Amino acid sequence: MEKLVDTGDEVMLRDAARGFLDDAAPLTAFRANRDAGRPYDPALWSEMASMGWAGVLIPEDAGGADMGHRAAGILAEEMGKTLAASPFISSAVIAATALRAAGSDRLAAIAGGEALYALAVDEGAKHAPASSALAAKPDGNAFRLSGRKTFVADGSSANRVLVLARTSGGAGDAQGLTLFDIDAERAGLARTASGSIDARDFATLDFDDVAVTGDDIVGDVDNGLAALGPGLRAGQAALAAELGGLSAGISAITLGYLKERKQFGRTIGSFQALQHRAAHLFSEIEVTASAIANAGRVLDHDPDAAQVAVSLAKARATQTARLAVMEGVQMHGGIGMTDEYDAGFFMKRARVGAEWLGDYGHHAAIVAASRGL
Amino acid sequence: MSDNLDDFRTEIAAWIADNLPAELKGIPRDENTICWGGRNWQFASDAQKQWLERCHARGLTCPRWPTEYGGGGLSRAQEKIFREEMLKAEAPSPLESFGIWMLGPALLKFGTDEQKAAHLPDITAGKIRWCQGYSEPGAGSDLANVQTRAEDMGDHWLINGQKIWTSYADKADKIFALVRTDRDAPKHLGISFMLIDMETPGVTTKPIRLISGASPFCETFFDNVKVPKEGAIVGEQNRGWDVAKYLLTHEREMIGGGGGGLMSGSTLSDMIGTMDPAATADPVLRAEAMELEVDAMAFALTMERYKDMAESGAGVGNASAMLKYYGTELNKRRHEIIMSAKGSDALDWGHGAAAPWLRTKANSIEGGTSEVMLDIISKRVLELPSK
Repeated sequence: MEKLVDTGDEVMLRDAARGFLDDAAPLTAFRANRDAGRPYDPALWSEMASMGWAGVLIPEDAGGADMGHRAAGILAEEMGKTLAASPFISSAVIAATALRAAGSDRLAAIAGGEALYALAVDEGAKHAPASSALAAKPDGNAFRLSGRKTFVADGSSANRVLVLARTSGGAGDAQGLTLFDIDAERAGLARTASGSIDARDFATLDFDDVAVTGDDIVGDVDNGLAALGPGLRAGQAALAAELGGLSAGISAITLGYLKERKQFGRTIGSFQALQHRAAHLFSEIEVTASAIANAGRVLDHDPDAAQVAVSLAKARATQTARLAVMEGVQMHGGIGMTDEYDAGFFMKRARVGAEWLGDYGHHAAIVAASRGL
Repeated sequence: MSDNLDDFRTEIAAWIADNLPAELKGIPRDENTICWGGRNWQFASDAQKQWLERCHARGLTCPRWPTEYGGGGLSRAQEKIFREEMLKAEAPSPLESFGIWMLGPALLKFGTDEQKAAHLPDITAGKIRWCQGYSEPGAGSDLANVQTRAEDMGDHWLINGQKIWTSYADKADKIFALVRTDRDAPKHLGISFMLIDMETPGVTTKPIRLISGASPFCETFFDNVKVPKEGAIVGEQNRGWDVAKYLLTHEREMIGGGGGGLMSGSTLSDMIGTMDPAATADPVLRAEAMELEVDAMAFALTMERYKDMAESGAGVGNASAMLKYYGTELNKRRHEIIMSAKGSDALDWGHGAAAPWLRTKANSIEGGTSEVMLDIISKRVLELPSK
């Protein structure tokens, strides 16, 4: 196993990403997007694609940069620090990984940034892929999809949709699900953007007798969870990394405030009550950073055995981000509660990130099961 | 490089297989089986003696120390492989001591060639057992307030004062202690790091009983103790604080990282295996155990990451305070859960869970309290202001 510290190449990637994002996607850009009702800036995504980020997990012969999951995590971490919004996790990580594993010929379009994917998997308020009930009824050699998917990240802006549908069995059966890759404009598919608290694109997708064929199937019929697994794990790891970056981002802002804000004639960062909480938060962020780095390494080395490492990272990142944003608002005091200040943006994104692709309980249970509980 | 390391792994695994006495394989690590060495050491068995001698001959009691002092001269990567193979072979550590963990690293960094030659070979061979004399009744968290006095009497130092929490002082041959050699200087600048033989007239010790029962801790008294000047002070006179700080960093990594056996290695399944069925069914307790497991696994990876950072030359420095803080707090949580899992069964001393549970309460006090660690992080890592 490689080391948990960044390699020379990774340090360069991180520095380059940070330099680019500080300039092209600072918090003011996120605020401008939010105010304009724009979930992300397509021009920013084009620039990211031209730097190879959209193809970070795609082979070079399909136009990608093939830098691996640890590199994808580093990019996600840096995006998390400035809340840079983009289809990165949905397209460049989840779809790219699932479609690569299935040998799809759409990888070049992802690497080029033109194919924008959304993963439609959840149907209830909690992530539970095996519970998918969206029906895929046989229709000759094809299927017709009917049902609803909720909390679909990038669902209204995507031009392609990966949808998990039930071709056999009943809700809760791990078998009997099939993953389809379809055009987002296909007849019968209605997409409704929700007013997500993090000002990003989440949508409800209603499938009304949507025709799909064998050509649309990713992997094997009735084995959709296996087809989705690699993409899901990659997405969970990247989201964990984003939350790690988010935690570091709000923590840095909070520390800056502690060093500058004066009350009672003293800098508030000189109060031990706040110092110890800041130091505890630092500790949690450091411990979580290890789990995030490890998840990337394991995905790169042994992707099929990576679920526990990925779940550990997602579980930890979820809790750490929660602490970081709560301390962020509390330590800022009243100004932290204002919309004019940025702390709330971190809090809302952290809450969305906590639920997306499996919450703390979902992932902690996977970790604990691997240890005998 | 990886070929070389693979070769090394094969070689060291074979060496362990050839040399480890069969009766030591898988022996649990406890007070009756640890080999501390020293002038008066009584080996628990011939096998223990044999294992120490064989390991020492190969430099494996102190794998990374220079060979000229009886160390193994191994690289960090080789040492890691050696430890992994020892674990795999269920081989006990051949020798443990404060000389290995603390004095040795201090001498290697601050000692003169004469001091190294005088002390390191006895440590690697297990001939001399050292103890540490830092804390005093009036110098706990405020360690730089040590008042044990060393007066310059020309050819010797005259020591008077009291140390506390000196682990195994009643069994040690020598002590490395912080003593005040300049009473007029600012408190950090009047301390020296001194080596004292425990057999010197005027040194006495008294064991301390803890809430968990008997303990290795002692009080150590110095009553007109004469220490010959030659080689007595490590590093510069009055700059002992630098040596102590360096060592505290070592100690923190050790305590936080499970050195000294403070972090128990039991997994959740071990814990669950001993649970009363009613406890297993308790959803709150299960949730606590699951959360602990998540945090403990992430912490183990953090120990690994910090080692990688140190190895890659990126300084860990004061951030090691985080390891000490986090690791010891985790250990306290673990033992709280173990006690809950075992319920009233564990309340009988004879069951064996209560003493370790109580003992873990000291983890976040010894070697710098959690609060001191948080101070170090906030001031030196986060650079929060003092006013």
